[in-house]
Amino acid sequence: MHLKGKVWKFGNDIDTDAIIPARYLNTSDPKELAKHVMEDADKDFPSKMQAGDIIVAGKNFGCGSSREHAPIALKAAGINAVIARSFARIFYRNAFNIGLPIFESTDASEHIQEGDAIEIDAGNGTVKNLSAGKEYSAKPIPPFMRELISAGGLIEWTKNKMKGAA
Amino acid sequence: MMTITEKILAAHAGKDEVVAGELINAKVDLVLANDITAPISITEFGKSGAAKVFDKDRIALIPDHFTPQKDIKAAEQCKMLREFSKKHQLSLYFEVGRMGIEHALLPEQGIVVPGDLVIGADSHTCTYGALGAFATGVGSTDVAAAMASGECWFKVPESMKFIYYGKLNKWASGKDLILHTIGDIGVDGALYRAMEFEGEAISGLPMYGRLTMCNMAIEAGGKNGLIVPDTITEEYVKGRAKRPYKFYYSDPKASYVEVKEYDCSKIPLTVSCPHLPSNTKPAQELSGVTVDQVVVGSCTNGRLEDLREAAQILKGRKVNPNVRMIIFPATQLIYKQAMHEGLMDIFIDAEAVVSTPTCGPCLGGHMGILAKGERAIATTNRNFVGRMGHPESEVFLSNPAVAAASAVLGRIGTPEELGL
Repeated sequence: MHLKGKVWKFGNDIDTDAIIPARYLNTSDPKELAKHVMEDADKDFPSKMQAGDIIVAGKNFGCGSSREHAPIALKAAGINAVIARSFARIFYRNAFNIGLPIFESTDASEHIQEGDAIEIDAGNGTVKNLSAGKEYSAKPIPPFMRELISAGGLIEWTKNKMKGAA
Repeated sequence: MMTITEKILAAHAGKDEVVAGELINAKVDLVLANDITAPISITEFGKSGAAKVFDKDRIALIPDHFTPQKDIKAAEQCKMLREFSKKHQLSLYFEVGRMGIEHALLPEQGIVVPGDLVIGADSHTCTYGALGAFATGVGSTDVAAAMASGECWFKVPESMKFIYYGKLNKWASGKDLILHTIGDIGVDGALYRAMEFEGEAISGLPMYGRLTMCNMAIEAGGKNGLIVPDTITEEYVKGRAKRPYKFYYSDPKASYVEVKEYDCSKIPLTVSCPHLPSNTKPAQELSGVTVDQVVVGSCTNGRLEDLREAAQILKGRKVNPNVRMIIFPATQLIYKQAMHEGLMDIFIDAEAVVSTPTCGPCLGGHMGILAKGERAIATTNRNFVGRMGHPESEVFLSNPAVAAASAVLGRIGTPEELGL
């Protein structure tokens, strides 16, 4: 799978309150959540981003609350993928569970600039910066997370497992 | 040679031993979710095709965030929890009037016990580590899968040890220890790791302070916080535990990826400044910071002892005319005990408002939202941008005594400044 898009850059420690503020959590409708994505990090973000764009951030992306609404809002808004130097633990699980592609790469996080066009090869973790003509590598996706993805997410994986046990 | 975290995980995975980094599938003793996270869990559970939940007595659904139902949408979400609980005959559904803030309610009612493995669709689920349980926050889909299967996958975390020597300074509490620690290691200083707290100061720390410390492990990126059980744990759980419990201990030669040591005499009354819990400063250096609102409560500091600390400061004093003070006891039982002890009289005479148990103001949900440019000091756990209201408002975090003193002074201050 190749993920191609234009980059929006964010800094370190982007918390889930910035990704989707709690004042909008009286619903879990992905379309409603998408309207406010990243609003407290950049209030114009929901209007200026386009479906297919990619977020590149610093360390500890998605820290704070366990709200799955955060990756859901990003996915529903059409964010193609998130690259960060590191991800907070619960956000990392949630992203895989709901099918938002995420990649860890210090090089990509440091060198990619806002507005760059990039292409990620999800299979081998290669990140190509089409604007700068450079290439970076992301950490390979752990085997178990690949298993979750190929099963179609955690619920499908659990279904298969429970069937196997029955 | 295992840590307490490894032992609890091994026992629930049916293994003699686990090592850090290992991926395991483990049985859970309790699964919880609230009115914000459970609706997604319920929808995903529906997609799993499971006809029934794994155990009707092991799933706690607690509408505590936007309750009492703040608007129509929030009421619809709460209705989903109620209907699901009825359909599956869940014994651990807590309706308004019986509920409390989840992480105060479950230990108080003896629903989580030492040795448990607990997951919750709420990041502060790590609170129960104070009882010697392994407890961690997950997302709604993880909870949905566990509601169906009774299991969850984990990567066994590396453990990090924090040793606190000596005695706490006057008015310092578990909150100051954990804020100071987060200030030292940063908001990702324990990312993916277990945080084990020990030392002389922890041995003497009452359960409410231990719950506060483990509650904020997530604010350092930790997977869980843990305190090895002792006589204080035994005292707390006996008489309230609803299930048999087991004490696990770390082996003396267990492996820790890092050990941090602190001298408590050097830990001042500590305040986290906007917009990260790691942005800490001694309270006395912030005396020029005026506040518009003071909040005492939450899963971090809404227990009876926290309210008593605030009351000690407020007794015979008035909240500054420029300040709104909101106190929210974390459970109905705490509310009632505070009433019996006369704390409510002290609060109301001081011109503070006392709220029903709710997470409301902590996450900018309802019951005390900040306007643009306003500033609060709160005993809650997060001070991110927009956490308590307008994106251009500010939140400072402290213990209850500092918060109450600040309410009287109208600016950040300490009990000493009031002659206490």
